[in-house]
Amino acid sequence: MTGIWTRCNNCRRILYKQDILDNLFICPECNFHFRLSAIDRLNMLFDLGQYELIDQDIFPEDPLGFKDTKSYAVRLKENIKKTGLSDAVLNAVGTMDGIRIIMSAMEFAFMGGSMGSVVGEKITRAFERALEENIPAVVISSSGGARMQEGILSLMQLMKTSSAIANLDKGGIPYISVLTDPTTGGVTASYAMLGDINIAEPNSLIGFAGPRVIEQTIKEKLPKGFQRSEFLLHHGMLDDVVERRNLRSYIIRVLRLFLNKPRTE
Amino acid sequence: MKEIKDFYQLEKDIAALKAEIDKIQESDDQDKRKKIEDLRAKIKDEWTQIGANLSPVHIVQIARHPKRPYTLDYLESLTTDFTELHGDRRAGDDPALIAGFGFYHGRTAAFIGHQKGRTTRQRLARNFGQPNPEGYRKALRVMKLAEKFGFPVITLIDTPGANPGIQAEEKGQAEAIAYNLKEIAKLRVPVINVVIGEGGSGGALAIGVGDAILMLEHSFYSVISTEGCAAILWKDQSAVDLAAENLRFLSKDLMEFGVVDTVIPEPPGGAHVDYELTYKNVDKYLHTTLKKLEKKTPEERIQERYQKFRKIGVFTEK
Repeated sequence: MTGIWTRCNNCRRILYKQDILDNLFICPECNFHFRLSAIDRLNMLFDLGQYELIDQDIFPEDPLGFKDTKSYAVRLKENIKKTGLSDAVLNAVGTMDGIRIIMSAMEFAFMGGSMGSVVGEKITRAFERALEENIPAVVISSSGGARMQEGILSLMQLMKTSSAIANLDKGGIPYISVLTDPTTGGVTASYAMLGDINIAEPNSLIGFAGPRVIEQTIKEKLPKGFQRSEFLLHHGMLDDVVERRNLRSYIIRVLRLFLNKPRTE
Repeated sequence: MKEIKDFYQLEKDIAALKAEIDKIQESDDQDKRKKIEDLRAKIKDEWTQIGANLSPVHIVQIARHPKRPYTLDYLESLTTDFTELHGDRRAGDDPALIAGFGFYHGRTAAFIGHQKGRTTRQRLARNFGQPNPEGYRKALRVMKLAEKFGFPVITLIDTPGANPGIQAEEKGQAEAIAYNLKEIAKLRVPVINVVIGEGGSGGALAIGVGDAILMLEHSFYSVISTEGCAAILWKDQSAVDLAAENLRFLSKDLMEFGVVDTVIPEPPGGAHVDYELTYKNVDKYLHTTLKKLEKKTPEERIQERYQKFRKIGVFTEK
């Protein structure tokens, strides 16, 4: 969003940008939730917006020498420059209502939040650290799926991250998965769907196959609301749909329940 | 070096030579044996010249060959008393994914595999081997049953991918795949995967990970289909050859990336040219792998399985 004025993607109203910023990037007119950057997520969820970024020194490679209309190596450089991040996820430790947690927040602006080796590695490290430190893990997903430019290595990150979650089961470590617009493909088919609870922001696109692929395959129009949060809630795939303004308090409440730690006055 | 334009044309040439062999075999020719041997040598020559020259697109054609042995063919050859089990105990049964128990080398094992159809009617009934959530959940049910009795799990991978349909999404195919991965990581019995044809993305992965991944020489295992990749990255359906070359999904690539543990050689011309030899090769490598894994304790296997996938990925740490 550049400039003073902007248009809501949903209700098409022209809005004063500061009004949206002051409102957690939610349209004050129609409640549309704009996409957030990984940094915004961390700032919004941790106590006083304070946390320590970890696993910051991991950078992507181009193991396949992949080149489509542009080479992957160039794409990476451009995305690193554009986002100021090394890849599509940030890991951070900090507290929520005084409870120490580890959080991974995905960055959709970095190659559509796609998961290659770096995302798989960082998510896995977050789960491993949660187990080591005996602290809960929270992941905020936003991703188009596995990163095609890293081929089979990307596909295998689904197993790597899911295996790490298997260890959390054994260790009794809570893991909260938050799905945001959009979360599709390989990320949905691995850690995003494997939370002890899975919650999503309103009207987020969530699914495995992308809607365009399904439409082209079945050659019919998709029903209204298909693959949106409310649709997934209805079909039993989510524990709840939580508005952004309630997200922090909701996560804290669930953490307290899972940790058996009632709020003390 | 011979340039190949189309694998199926090459195959017609080889088929013609084979037909000649069959003809001679039935004749009263005095030099029958010698002539047949010469022709066999010619086929082998033809193939060796070309074999090294096969492009990824040709390998895809071999892996998708309509006569390639499918899961049911392997089960018939490798097992006795195979008994198929149906249903996920949740919503339904998935004909695209077969699961059950049979005797393998005289001992019970669970077998799970994608099944494509041979005829048009079968293909439709099997949904072209594209599983639905019921399939993944049935697979996991049978894996847990195998765990209960301490039997190994052997999976055969041959699918274009998960079913891109409305109901598959409604029933949570992403969750079904994800849950399988997490539960396979914890299974106490040996899990061996054999990629026999197409290893299509999430639909393959849901039963395509374990202690050891074996792969037939001319099969592939990919994050996305060549068609899908061409459409998304090149925005051009005809860019499949470019996608195939870039994706690095062949057995030799996967060996290099540490994903696959063993490549099973195929007969000259591909698995469909000589079924018996193919079964023999698969059996040999499968049985060796199984014996090796059965010597380990469940804890060792689970730990090594974790490390196998933990190590996969390429990045730099500064």
